[in-house]
Amino acid sequence: MSTIVWIVGALVVIAAGGYVFRLLGQMLTGNAPKYRDMSFGVAFGYVLAVALVIGTVWFYLQPTVVEVNGQQTAVASVTFFRWAVQAVILGSVAAYWFKFVGKNFGPEASRKAFRTMPLTASFGILIIGVYTFVAIFAGQIAVTTIIGLAIGFMVILAASRNRLNKDSHAGIGFLLFAILVICSVMYFVGPLAPYGQEEILGAANILPGGNTATGGDPAYPLGTDSIGRDILSRLIYGAQNTVGIAFVTTVLAFAIGVTLGFLAATLGGWLDQLLSRAVDVLMAIPSLIFALLLMTIASVWAPRLGIPLTYFMVLIIAVIDSTRVFRLSRAVASNIVVMDYIEAAKLRGEGLGYLIFKEILPNATAPLLAEFGLRFCFVFLTIAALSFLGVGIQPPLSDWGTMVKDLAPFINFAQFAPLAAVTPLLAAGAIALLTVAVNFVVDWMLHKSSGLKE
Amino acid sequence: MGNVSSIIFQRLLLGLVTLLIVSIVIFVAVNLLPGDFAELILGQGATPEAVSTIRRDLGLDQPLIVRYMQWLGGIATGDLGTSFAQLNFKTNLGGAGDVGVIDQILPRLSNTMFLALVTAAIAVPLAVTLGVLAALFRNTVFDRVANVATLSSISSPEFFMAYVLILFLAVLNPILPSLSNIFEGMSFTERLEKSMLPALTLTLVVTAHMMRMTRAAIINLLASPYIEMARLKGMSPMRVIVKHALPNALAPIINVIALNLAYLVTGVVVVEVVFVYPGIGQLFVDSVKIRDIPVVQACCLIFAAAYILLNLTADILSILSNPRLRHPK
Amino acid sequence: MSELLEIRNLRLEGRSDEQWNPIINGVDLTLKKGEVLGLIGESGAGKSTLGLAAMGFTRDGVRISSGTVEFDGIDLVNASAAVKRGLLGKRIAYVAQSAAASFNPAHKIIDQHVEAPVQHGVESRAASIKDGIALYERLRLPNPGEIGFRYPHQVSGGQLQRAMTAMAMSCRPDLIIFDEPTTALDVTTQIEVLASVRDIVEQFDTAAIYITHDLAVVAQMADTIKVLLKGDEVETAETREMLSSPKEDYTKSLWAVRSFERPTKPAVNTGATPVVSIRNVDAAYGTVPVLHDVSFDIHEGRTVAVVGESGSGKSTTARCITGLLPPKKGEVLFDGEVLPANYKQRNKHQLRQAQMIYQMADTALNPRMAIGQIISRPVQFYTGLTGKGLRRRVDQLLDQIELEPDQYYNRLPSELSGGQKQRIGIARALAAEPKFIICDEVTSALDQLVAEGILRLLAKLQDSLKLSYMFITHDLATVRAISDEVVVMKEGRVVEQGEKRAMFTPPHHAYTDLLLSSVPEMDPDWLTNLLNERGVDNIGDAAVGKM
Repeated sequence: MSTIVWIVGALVVIAAGGYVFRLLGQMLTGNAPKYRDMSFGVAFGYVLAVALVIGTVWFYLQPTVVEVNGQQTAVASVTFFRWAVQAVILGSVAAYWFKFVGKNFGPEASRKAFRTMPLTASFGILIIGVYTFVAIFAGQIAVTTIIGLAIGFMVILAASRNRLNKDSHAGIGFLLFAILVICSVMYFVGPLAPYGQEEILGAANILPGGNTATGGDPAYPLGTDSIGRDILSRLIYGAQNTVGIAFVTTVLAFAIGVTLGFLAATLGGWLDQLLSRAVDVLMAIPSLIFALLLMTIASVWAPRLGIPLTYFMVLIIAVIDSTRVFRLSRAVASNIVVMDYIEAAKLRGEGLGYLIFKEILPNATAPLLAEFGLRFCFVFLTIAALSFLGVGIQPPLSDWGTMVKDLAPFINFAQFAPLAAVTPLLAAGAIALLTVAVNFVVDWMLHKSSGLKE
Repeated sequence: MGNVSSIIFQRLLLGLVTLLIVSIVIFVAVNLLPGDFAELILGQGATPEAVSTIRRDLGLDQPLIVRYMQWLGGIATGDLGTSFAQLNFKTNLGGAGDVGVIDQILPRLSNTMFLALVTAAIAVPLAVTLGVLAALFRNTVFDRVANVATLSSISSPEFFMAYVLILFLAVLNPILPSLSNIFEGMSFTERLEKSMLPALTLTLVVTAHMMRMTRAAIINLLASPYIEMARLKGMSPMRVIVKHALPNALAPIINVIALNLAYLVTGVVVVEVVFVYPGIGQLFVDSVKIRDIPVVQACCLIFAAAYILLNLTADILSILSNPRLRHPK
Repeated sequence: MSELLEIRNLRLEGRSDEQWNPIINGVDLTLKKGEVLGLIGESGAGKSTLGLAAMGFTRDGVRISSGTVEFDGIDLVNASAAVKRGLLGKRIAYVAQSAAASFNPAHKIIDQHVEAPVQHGVESRAASIKDGIALYERLRLPNPGEIGFRYPHQVSGGQLQRAMTAMAMSCRPDLIIFDEPTTALDVTTQIEVLASVRDIVEQFDTAAIYITHDLAVVAQMADTIKVLLKGDEVETAETREMLSSPKEDYTKSLWAVRSFERPTKPAVNTGATPVVSIRNVDAAYGTVPVLHDVSFDIHEGRTVAVVGESGSGKSTTARCITGLLPPKKGEVLFDGEVLPANYKQRNKHQLRQAQMIYQMADTALNPRMAIGQIISRPVQFYTGLTGKGLRRRVDQLLDQIELEPDQYYNRLPSELSGGQKQRIGIARALAAEPKFIICDEVTSALDQLVAEGILRLLAKLQDSLKLSYMFITHDLATVRAISDEVVVMKEGRVVEQGEKRAMFTPPHHAYTDLLLSSVPEMDPDWLTNLLNERGVDNIGDAAVGKM
């Protein structure tokens, strides 16, 4: 009860503060329009914001260790709070510098994009970059991969020479070259993960922190799990597995959804009716529930057919998600199909392929790209949820959803050993961070394409 | 009014047809299972006698269409079949048996409804208020902070939110219980306290969605020429909002609420598992793990029905709040 | 105290691309009590922004950067929100362009009408309703006693526009801003609104700023005319003086537009096979019939203008010819041969012969294709030219539409102005080397000067390439300028057709007459004379007829 009394009291004080603030502003500035036309709600908001900032700083400065009955006791909540605040500040600073670099280096087009993007978007791009890097180089990269890429890039460059102007051709060439250099360097650096994802090492349940005094081991900075696998390595491989599988699933969902959506919008008629009604029905079943149902069935089939359950999962989620992609791409294409330039092309006698690839697709890329980001997040979260529930990505592949499920009990030790609670939150946080990053970027893209004024 | 009621009747009919087709989809999906249910139920140690008993019990010797009709008929009379787990228990160990799926589901369903109601009671007023505020103070610091916060909250998996809340509200500061062991005969306040953490988790996720959608709807509305007209008639900001914006905002906001309650249906599954909340989501996941097909089938149908019903409600309410449809030419 | 509104050196800026760009660069404006000022200019001249600023109001993303706006001695730039609210609706009122969007769909018209008087404490609700009904009567709305009790969507556009004028009048303001109130209306409806607006402004001696892009309209309404160009004032003068002797070159060029008219061509030889012949066509969208027994011919080298108001079936006729909407009955002949009804069954040669130019150049050109690609595709598709030969043909086409090939070949449509885009649309049609082109309202989205350029180009191309045009338009000035023959359509039927000269000289069919006489002319006395001619009651009848 006392908590409620405190909150109400604080609100009353802040409300009074708002009134005083506005009055002072009016008196000190000689009734300037800003204070004269300020509503009480706005004044209240200002004071509330100031109070929140003061409260945050005050709590941050609390000691992490207090003396209770002559004993040194850790105050874990302050520790966690400091970590959270530090993480936010670190993220903002990293995003700021990333934006600074992007603003000043590279071709004019990307520099302009960096100049206009908000900090959240640059944070998102940075994080996506880091995840991609970690996912690709989690294990040792093969020499054949590098050679294959080199040959592939040469083909791309040769093919694009006549289609692009000189500057963008050189830009793409530079980008591909940079990718090759990074791959080659990483070949010699070796895998990012210190151990294999399935490798069972000596001791189980080593605490994170790397400090032997608190139950850690410098060889395993994030400790080991209950059967003695290195958590750091599993987190790094998790990026490869979780992100990679989600990416493949999304690509598949798009291949199905966009193809059918465009066909439905362009051809219309019975095909459109049939597909649209079928999608209506499939979308009437909540997607996670439907996925769980189909996974149940797949889990019986998988061992009989000798196909890993993960393949089934990719297919099932791709099909379920392609319904959403279908809806969007059909809507986008329908808006384009009614344009006069499509009518002109139809009246010219153009075929379906020309209409879809030359007239519709180039105009649909912006919304589809944004949708790809959102769909990826959704697929990623669905897979994480399935894994968390125990029916998603199967061992021995390491994946974040399963890790959260396995490590969750450690949270209950947070009071005594804050570090112990970190590992499950790290895995869950790794999922959250990527989806947040993608969402930030998509939000910026949508904002930009909607043409809203800042 | 005849116009509106006929539209609503059409929607209701459409919803019913959708539900029927969904039930077919679920039924067919389940029958894609390889081999025989009977073997599945009894597992490795199936004797031919036990298998044939179960086959007869389940009517598996009938053709597919007959079984579907029987299942549908069962649903209509409240008989959702018998759980495999219970059947197995009965056949192999001679247990009490004959606990119908319906008896398993009903108490769980009411628990889940309770959780959803508590969540809605917190989330709806909060989200609508914040959404309207964000729309009114758009492009201010408040709006940007709210944008980042809601985006983060939407992006995070439910279990991440759940564990963060457990960490701060149950472990570090023992204010609320981290496990929701709810049983019958509990007092209301006790029940409320036990459901608080799962409800808060769901609130965080749903509020963010709802708030963003409310904000978008209101901003869209505030850009209408008739709002500018009201301001140019010298009406006070309060009157512009209450008299001119609100009647038109009702339809989109109702839509937002219903859509998000439908979203709760999915969110509830993971959250119930995290907090070991004895709801239908938990039952569903458990049944999926042990492949208890009748229960999975029934839960799936209930989830789909709730989802369709809420979307239908959104549809009908927004028709009712549209003046163009309420007052036809 | 003779000046009601005084604007001094007003500058307005709008926010786009992360910076403030000027919209209005230092405009002065004074308005006496009871005076009507016409504010004219092309799109992007800043007319509406200036009109709103005269009320002390700026839209989101627009700000007053310097200058003063004084209304009856009150400084509107620095006035508090409360003071401004007290003036708006009560002493300064606003009539918006789209009445359908500016009435709140959730409330009855009369409730919105009485809102300002009641909230500003001018009069009671009952008195205000009574006054509203009187105003509706004065504005010649049908069923004045009842129409206010409907919802906005239950009333037609022209009537709503008048109801909004009544709403603006509800507090008997000193000043009304009319922001293009008739732009969205058909000519026959426009005239009713113009007549009633002028009548009521005169009756209550209200000062007004009348914003429009249509010279002939402003000539009827305003005492003084101010011409704006890209945020700058070009000139201001009393209406008659401005019309008879404009001083600035820009104003003169605006006036000159209406003088373009092609020489009359000799009549068609009887017995010549028409290029396109439409025979007894009936068409329907689903089960809704749109065209009834439409027949007319288009001969080589001639322009047939198809005229009518929105919903008359002009564009549907075009869709029947192109085969997008197969007719229910009747047939379309090309060079004497029957065309397959559906475009999908027509061969390349048949498709090639009939081309189309669209109204909105923005939606007619693929925004992701460079100009070169847009024009070369049909050339390649129909003639099979590739490489250098293709490029030479595209350059030639760009020359024909008077655009420098090297400069435009690689540009995207978004980098072009409206008139240039429309020229690209013409080049794409020419690329197929057709005999016949359908021009669907090709000039109605363009400013007058630009539109004239397009008309002259089309005329030149017709003479050099022996093209036949079907010219769909609702604008009679365009018809006068370019057509050889005219087809008048109403509600899906051909009302009258014949040679242009015959059509523009009486006697007319009753509907043609109404249509012709409703087109505003530059003469400031035109409206007065017309109203006298028709008799006041006639306008009311026309209004009822529109319902």
